[in-house]
Amino acid sequence: MNDHIILRTVIRVLVPFIFMYGLYVQFHGDYSPGGGFQAGVICAAAFIFYGLVYGLPETMRVIPVMFVRLTASLGVLIYISVGVITMVMGENFLNYSVLSEDPVRGQHLGILIIELSVGITVFSVMMLIFYMFADRSR
Amino acid sequence: MMESVDINFYLDVFLLFWLVVTAVAVVFAKNLMASTILMGIFSLLMAAEYLVMGAADVAITEAAVGAGISSILILMALFLVGDREAKQKGNMVVPLVVTVIVTAGLLFATYDMPSFGNQFAPAQIYVSPYYLENGPIETGVPNVVTSILASYRAFDTLGEVVVVLTASISVIMLLGRLRKKEEGDK
Repeated sequence: MNDHIILRTVIRVLVPFIFMYGLYVQFHGDYSPGGGFQAGVICAAAFIFYGLVYGLPETMRVIPVMFVRLTASLGVLIYISVGVITMVMGENFLNYSVLSEDPVRGQHLGILIIELSVGITVFSVMMLIFYMFADRSR
Repeated sequence: MMESVDINFYLDVFLLFWLVVTAVAVVFAKNLMASTILMGIFSLLMAAEYLVMGAADVAITEAAVGAGISSILILMALFLVGDREAKQKGNMVVPLVVTVIVTAGLLFATYDMPSFGNQFAPAQIYVSPYYLENGPIETGVPNVVTSILASYRAFDTLGEVVVVLTASISVIMLLGRLRKKEEGDK
């Protein structure tokens, strides 16, 4: 789709805004609708649009395949680590109350980290699946 | 108050009518590209319906995943297999009978379900009141959906994330390694 100048321009303008909205859904998920899962999908959609118009090699230069492979597992690793840390600190698996002096603050902190790890994994998995399909379609 | 109930009722009728129309159109469309676009419209209508029912989190998910990502993935699959539907073969009577029986059973089952928003429904009287009353106080997170998903039901969410990761691993195993950059490019 290299000759579609309108598409190329619109995508170039839109991608930062879609990505920004994804980050908003991610980090504002405790006050408004949304959370890690939705944010990961929206952020991935930004780069998938970019990939559809600018082609796979261009996108892979921005987000390499090895990178998303690593971060897909990294999200789950962070999630489980938080659970293990709370266990080490003497509470149940994934009971965040011990993460801070104040239990409520601990809960809030734990939820933020968990949502972030979910977002990382979902974003990476969506990009990976897109890469796999797109590579077949070439 | 009465006014808003009426608006919700008309919105429900409008959305459900078009949901049925698009669902039927998906089945009857001969061109698979058209079916995919209709599926996207179906998902968008469904997201609007979730919003009318007050489930904003689900609505965002449906709009992003159902209308966005899955449409793109199906379109890319169509790019590989072509957009012509294969001719239907075989006896159509058995599937029709099965569908009619299942539909009748499901319709019959809806009579036992509590009506929408019924405050005495089992879903509303078990743990929901506890989450609604104590969620914001105990977790400091005003969005109850987030506090349930990420704190009270964190173990379930861990399972979900692992499922997502497993899905990507299966896709890698099925579709194989990425081709080398040099040979694939023009």
